[in-house]
Amino acid sequence: MEASTLAITILWSLLFVYSILGSLDFGAGFWGMIYGKNEEKSASQIANRFLSPTWEVTNVFLVIFVVSVVTFFPFATTLLSNVLLVPVGLGVLLLTIRTTFMVFQHHADRYKDLLRLTSGFTGLIIPALLVSILPITLGGFVSFESGYPRLQYGELLTHPTLYMHILFGLSTELFISAIFLMDYAKEAEDWNAYDTFRKHSLWLGPVSIAIAMLTISTFPEEASWIVDNIQEHWVAFGLSLLCFIIGYAFLFIKKKDGRRGLARAAVIMVGLQYAIAIYAYGAAHLPYLIYPDITIEDGFTNPDTFYQMLIVYAVGFGILIPAFYLFWRLFLKDRRYLKQE
Amino acid sequence: MDIVVMARALFGTSLGFHIIYATIGVGLPVMIIIAEVLHFIKKDPDYALMAKRWTKGFAILLAVSIASGTIVGVMISLLFPDFMEIVGQVIALPFQMEIFAFLIEAVFMSIYLYAADRLPPTLRLVSIISVALGATASAILITDVHAWMNTPAGFNITPNGEITDVDTWAAFFNPSFGVTALHVTLSAYMTVAFLIASIAALRLMRSKISKAERAYHKKALTIALYFGALMSLATAVNGHETAQMLHEYNPRKLAAAEGLFETQRYAPLSVGGYTSLEDQRVKYAVEIPYGLSFLAGDRLDTEVMGLNEWPEELWPPLYVHILFNVMVGIGTVLIMISFLALFWKHVLKKEFPSWLLATLVVSGPLAMLAIETGWCFSCIGRQPWTINEVLRTDEAATKSNSVGFLFYLFMTLYITLLFVTGFVMRYYFKRNPVRKDLEAREV
Repeated sequence: MEASTLAITILWSLLFVYSILGSLDFGAGFWGMIYGKNEEKSASQIANRFLSPTWEVTNVFLVIFVVSVVTFFPFATTLLSNVLLVPVGLGVLLLTIRTTFMVFQHHADRYKDLLRLTSGFTGLIIPALLVSILPITLGGFVSFESGYPRLQYGELLTHPTLYMHILFGLSTELFISAIFLMDYAKEAEDWNAYDTFRKHSLWLGPVSIAIAMLTISTFPEEASWIVDNIQEHWVAFGLSLLCFIIGYAFLFIKKKDGRRGLARAAVIMVGLQYAIAIYAYGAAHLPYLIYPDITIEDGFTNPDTFYQMLIVYAVGFGILIPAFYLFWRLFLKDRRYLKQE
Repeated sequence: MDIVVMARALFGTSLGFHIIYATIGVGLPVMIIIAEVLHFIKKDPDYALMAKRWTKGFAILLAVSIASGTIVGVMISLLFPDFMEIVGQVIALPFQMEIFAFLIEAVFMSIYLYAADRLPPTLRLVSIISVALGATASAILITDVHAWMNTPAGFNITPNGEITDVDTWAAFFNPSFGVTALHVTLSAYMTVAFLIASIAALRLMRSKISKAERAYHKKALTIALYFGALMSLATAVNGHETAQMLHEYNPRKLAAAEGLFETQRYAPLSVGGYTSLEDQRVKYAVEIPYGLSFLAGDRLDTEVMGLNEWPEELWPPLYVHILFNVMVGIGTVLIMISFLALFWKHVLKKEFPSWLLATLVVSGPLAMLAIETGWCFSCIGRQPWTINEVLRTDEAATKSNSVGFLFYLFMTLYITLLFVTGFVMRYYFKRNPVRKDLEAREV
């Protein structure tokens, strides 16, 4: 494998991890907000119980992703930074509000509602901003003025594909978080929350798939290259759809205790669905980082530096495996944590 | 305004904001470890309570620290893309290692915060030690990149800007890495010690305070004073080494720090005052004869280079002399305050008089001011370069004209957050005073 191909594969893997963790994180924040005030309170508790210990780790994965882009593809920095300054800048600004207010709500009871609403809503806008980067890379939204790249805000903001991408991002975020929290609620044996999240998974699943398909049809003219590539990878996308159908079907299976839904199996299938879809989309996006201005080969660092970074990654994640295991045991498995009142 | 100026202003304020919380994030876990260990040894429940309360404060501040750290990490790529292009080729390793250190800190912080009651004492100690190690390691690793900007190493650059002959480890262990990393770490430890001393002193100044509360705050103050005295002394020794490093690798910055125009042996050290361009000297300063030569090379006849060795457009702004003096001045005052207080306690064996307590109250904010001026000195003193003598700041900065609008937006965010964090801290600790915790223990 070419070193640059390896680098982009790692990058897509990190993107996959962050898109899942980020969906869970922002989604849980959203559900925590929605159910924070009314009688279906346990759904909110489950969401917050998941969120409290995990948000820091999720946040680190965002930083890992950004640093990896810059260090693996330093020659792409100038173009990416000039074009993405505003969307990414606003993204981190909102992320700061969201993170701090989310933590502060546990320390200032009297202002809890205000803090919760602010963090919940910003949590909804951030993924929308982040996902708006995707259409920018497809082509047609970047122009060069006296040698410097500029994002064409007018074109972007008036193009339907931006809004379809945002809808796609939101529906995916909510679907992934709902189906995961359903499983988390089952682990906590909180059947009230379980039913709530199952109910949401049921409508969000088909909606997210429909929106994903519609989004492709709104791609700008300049993006015909990727539409062709997507059609070439139809087997992978078909497989992803199959995973979704199986996972979705698992939600209906009746168990001995009379409850519907094989939560864990459904979560795994949906995870597979997105893994396959993200890698297939990544493959279809090759060789461009931003079409037609920069390819992965143009942006790639020198291979020697890259291989040293790989060693850092291997050692780093190696050291962290026991820590992650402990983390998982304490917050995703330990009944004493899951079932506390 | 000029895009370069706005980009620097935006990044500078972001870093200036982050550094407050980051410094606390590096130092506070160490204070928590000290309290945990003292509790382990002395079995005095006051120390357990201290660790618990400091952890609560840490949890609040950590949210801002992590969020603003994310801003800084993203912003440096957005605002200085041509700088990151070189960083990605030469000094990417510490950046990546830093993330793993950060990840270790994040994972164990969650464990310590949300699972402490389910962990055996040893594993709890392991968690908080991992938090401290992760935090200190991230500080050291990110400082490595800063050190490399001051004393770049491990690559060649062709006249058309192409990077060749990359040696990542030579870049990693660049000449100023050791001293600078130590300086950042020690000064962070020192600052948090004085912040704790400030809070304890403030509480002790109140007249309405129970005996148990008084005992509690005295213990906290004692820990803070010992640790603060030790760290401020160590920072000073290390500061001396830093000056010698500047003399050897970055003489222009040293010349600007000291307001020295003419290269000379037996150079005097100017304390205070401001650097006057017309007079080519520091005005209104106290001069210590031979001081600078001695500082730079441990000998009175050390030749110290003056600013006139370089064309004026390569000089940093002359006000860095003031920044440098504020940093060093505060450092000196802190050593004196902490040793005086310890002298009072152990030699005179007397209660602290209220003027001494009042001095201790300001020690924490002073220490933080020294941190801020230190960072400003180090970054402004490197101008007009981003990577010393390799890449100028005006070449490194973005050309995007949206920077101005983002600057005002982020300024609003930082000011708001400073107030909100202060408010939440006050609110939380007002509702959960030490008294309440102590009484709950009695029952």
